[in-house]
Amino acid sequence: MDFNQPAGTNLFDNARVIGKPTPRIDGPLKTTGTAPYAYERHDVAPDAAYGYILGAAIAKGRISAMNVAEARRAPGVVAIVAAPDVAPVGKGMGNVAPLFGGSDVAHYHQAIAVVVAETFEQARAAAALIRVDYDRTPGAFDLARAAPHAGAEEQDDGAGDGGDPQSQQTPKRIGDFADAFAAAPVKVDATYTTPDESHAMIEPHATIAGWDGDKLTLWTSNQMIAWSKSSMAKILGIAEENVRLDSPYIGGGFGSKLFVRADAVCAALAAKEAGRPVKIALQRPLIANNTAHRHATIQRIRLGAGRDGRITAIAHECWSGNLDGQSGEDGTAQTPVLYAGANRLVASRVTHLDLPEGNAMRAPGEAVGHLALEVAMDELAEATGMDPVALRLANEPTGEVPGKPGTRYSERNLTRCLTEGAERFGWARRNARPGAVRDGRWLVGMGVAAGYRGAPTQKSAARVRLEADGLLVVETDMTDIGTGSYTIIAQTAAETMGLPLDRVSVRLGDSAFPAAAGSGGQWGAASSTAGVYAACVALRRKIGEQLGFAADDATFADGRITAGDRSWALTDAGAQVAEDGIAFGDFQKGYDLGTYAGHFAEVAVDAFTGVTRIRRMLAVCDAGRILNPMSARSQVIGAMVMAAGGALMEELVVDTRFGLFVNHDLAGYEVPVHLDIPHQEVVFLDTVDPVSTPLKAKGVGELGICGPGAAIANAIYNATGIRVREYPLTLDKYLDQLPQVA
Amino acid sequence: MRPFTYQRVATAAEAAAAVAGNPAAKFLAGGTNLLDLMKLEIERPAHLVDVQDIEGLNAIEQTGDGGLRIGALVSNTALAADERVRRDYGVLTRAIVAGASGQLRNKATTAGNLLQRTRCPYFYDPNLPCNKRNPGSGCAALEGYSRQLAVIGTSDKCIATYPGDMAIALRVLDATVETVQPDGTERTIPFGEFHRLPGDAPEKDNVLAHGELITAVTLPRPIGGEHVYHKVRDRASYAFALVSVAAVIQPDGTGRVAFGGVAHKPWRVEAAEAAMPQGAAAVTAQVFADARPTEHNAFKLPLATRALAGVLAEAKG
Repeated sequence: MDFNQPAGTNLFDNARVIGKPTPRIDGPLKTTGTAPYAYERHDVAPDAAYGYILGAAIAKGRISAMNVAEARRAPGVVAIVAAPDVAPVGKGMGNVAPLFGGSDVAHYHQAIAVVVAETFEQARAAAALIRVDYDRTPGAFDLARAAPHAGAEEQDDGAGDGGDPQSQQTPKRIGDFADAFAAAPVKVDATYTTPDESHAMIEPHATIAGWDGDKLTLWTSNQMIAWSKSSMAKILGIAEENVRLDSPYIGGGFGSKLFVRADAVCAALAAKEAGRPVKIALQRPLIANNTAHRHATIQRIRLGAGRDGRITAIAHECWSGNLDGQSGEDGTAQTPVLYAGANRLVASRVTHLDLPEGNAMRAPGEAVGHLALEVAMDELAEATGMDPVALRLANEPTGEVPGKPGTRYSERNLTRCLTEGAERFGWARRNARPGAVRDGRWLVGMGVAAGYRGAPTQKSAARVRLEADGLLVVETDMTDIGTGSYTIIAQTAAETMGLPLDRVSVRLGDSAFPAAAGSGGQWGAASSTAGVYAACVALRRKIGEQLGFAADDATFADGRITAGDRSWALTDAGAQVAEDGIAFGDFQKGYDLGTYAGHFAEVAVDAFTGVTRIRRMLAVCDAGRILNPMSARSQVIGAMVMAAGGALMEELVVDTRFGLFVNHDLAGYEVPVHLDIPHQEVVFLDTVDPVSTPLKAKGVGELGICGPGAAIANAIYNATGIRVREYPLTLDKYLDQLPQVA
Repeated sequence: MRPFTYQRVATAAEAAAAVAGNPAAKFLAGGTNLLDLMKLEIERPAHLVDVQDIEGLNAIEQTGDGGLRIGALVSNTALAADERVRRDYGVLTRAIVAGASGQLRNKATTAGNLLQRTRCPYFYDPNLPCNKRNPGSGCAALEGYSRQLAVIGTSDKCIATYPGDMAIALRVLDATVETVQPDGTERTIPFGEFHRLPGDAPEKDNVLAHGELITAVTLPRPIGGEHVYHKVRDRASYAFALVSVAAVIQPDGTGRVAFGGVAHKPWRVEAAEAAMPQGAAAVTAQVFADARPTEHNAFKLPLATRALAGVLAEAKG
């Protein structure tokens, strides 16, 4: 099915299943421990041996010698694959360093050996017996040093940072920023930093690999099956048709499992060496330095405005680093879209760093971009003496997307998000004077931020099979990473075929199924349900051909088909199969497809110790048709928790001497616990976006992390009068500015 | 994890002898810290002597002088919930429930809690120098990431902190630690002398001899007053203290105070307590007179003062 123009009125506008709060189909399996995750799939390879990965002990250099003799003699050891004995594997999508092979070490904890043994404990014990000698090479581990001119005052035109020439990217300019900024009566010029962050999902990367001749099967935990199938073929240099991935349940990904990682590659190599299936889960200390993380950023924002708050000049520059010096964290992503302003400059620069690979983490770009832009807006509100909500409303664009000439908004209701949010949150009770509200020992404040996250679409296919007894089986390689894909796909198929939800069975995550959009970039829900809809429409037509009616004019409801004055049972044509997908036409390029939110937060800061505790959070979201308000709410509140973590505590700490993230476990890398998140509320506006998909739906999985962190930062300012621009906002950064107490 | 042998014993004397006779042996009780460290090969005992079957170590009993004797195997959960502890030693209950998680507190024992090892990140990564893990290898924390680490009582070999909460309360309560030594004799160690400072031997956390088994922790008679445990941390639960304050404040403004998260042991300077009525700054000026913080953890000094000020203000409240 080609989606070449905005959707007209269709069955989803009178939906019976779509849009209704529906408990997740996989929920009972998850809560009873019966959803098998990759490492627990004992049935698929009962004779699997256990693999254990040894990570490099240095950040950069070369392995001069590796002695595995003692490890080989250790009890239970089946096989050892040593990186120096193997040519570096190819690079799959997203990989900036080879995942295995050769003597070069590109980053700390890069996989350098795999030990296979009869038990996990034996493999781990044997791995500790491998002796490795290294030649260390100095590396670049400090972003501030690698991008010395980040945020520098003299950089008024946004040109080059004078560092690594690889890092230059062409700034995007509209109008004349420098002149307009110089002329602006009110100015904000501030630099913000965000740290490296870890995805810290509960399920570590895990794979069982088995070979049948030259055919490789990976029972794994992966967000993007089709990408990873072709990547795996490229990495191992084998034919794509010889690779199968199966990933029905995934214990969180947040982008960390978009691409093939060392668990899959090492399990495949080790299984070949061992001559039997091998299972590997990355041990927790390896997650931070072996896999990918969100890149640290330095961001400079300059806003020039009239005394009426209207922005005349807006510049957002972002610096980040990566091993390849190219793929960075683009914190400017939302800036062309969010606010009006005739003179604009955005630039994202990436420098070379020898830290482990930076890559996509939930809302790459926007998640940290809002931490800068939306605090700068708070600073502008104060500089103009305006209410922060009113300031944003004053800068609502009219007409084209201001930073993307020739592009229109497909659907945008940010003003409603902010005004309805302000109403619900009791924003009018906020005292605009910072540090003025006290509750016992607590300083209390409120903050607001706008949120934007792009809503891209990706082609997506599915196969639907109506069985003779009326059960509808949906098969697609779409993944459910805890988001609710099973449920919204079942809802879509039930709606389109006129079946109750319990007559639909959804099978996901197998590369033998038609290729879907996968779970990433907040495109999964909208795209995959559109693909399932396309397949169901093909099935309806097939049934229509069999029974002699025009399917597109027929009504499918309650297990029956009605066309004119004729009627059939859905099963009258017997078992039927159809396969189709959705392909999105170029017309979408004329639009900015986005999701919007108004985020509000109230915090309390301990006047004695500086401890910040969130009191309540609210998100009012504009994200098109909400397919399942229950799972969508879960997505948004989860993202708000992650945003709270990013604002208040999460940081992979770089030891610039050793070149590694030193707090590489969940005791050292703190993410919020229940007690950190007392009250959250999510409201979805009743909007639809006909430009997006036939269901007029958009994703919400990442919208919830775009803005709440800034709302928290702004609330801390409102509570204390202290502006900290270095995330996370831990008490050590402002303790000395709190009121005198002793 | 290295292969190890495992033995269960029935008496404290038997346990002490079993460990004393084997330089590579260790006691095992709740295992909440030891087993984790064994998986990482930071601890590598060749033999474990499981003390959980020993009779008589799992009770909380009244002592002759009106105090409480807490058996070494009493779980953190049971100790925190004990009615007498909640009534007379509130600081102890509050400290215990401020630590770890419910599941861990169910398993962790009174003696084991005193023996938990530091959470310094360099201690936990076997690739990096750490004198506590690998004596003589150096201290990566001194010039490294030290935000969580000690500000006082440090040495140029180690700036690790003792990570626990319960012990800070025991220190302020003037508890004593009872042990059985390898030769079967018993000894009593005042709590302030139980944990060591790192000095030149940071691998040694406390004064126990190899094979010496803790049998009980004894609390003296209740001292009344307001019992407070205030723990400052980045997240609201399940995190180690940046700074914690265990205090018992009397109605006349006098009192006792010990600090956690600042040193290799619970940090208490009794002489400074006379300044309590003058306020927090007067106390901490003496308590932390010899502090030697790093650039990353210097904030702990004003934080300790401010945390104590909050405690005093609320006690007055």
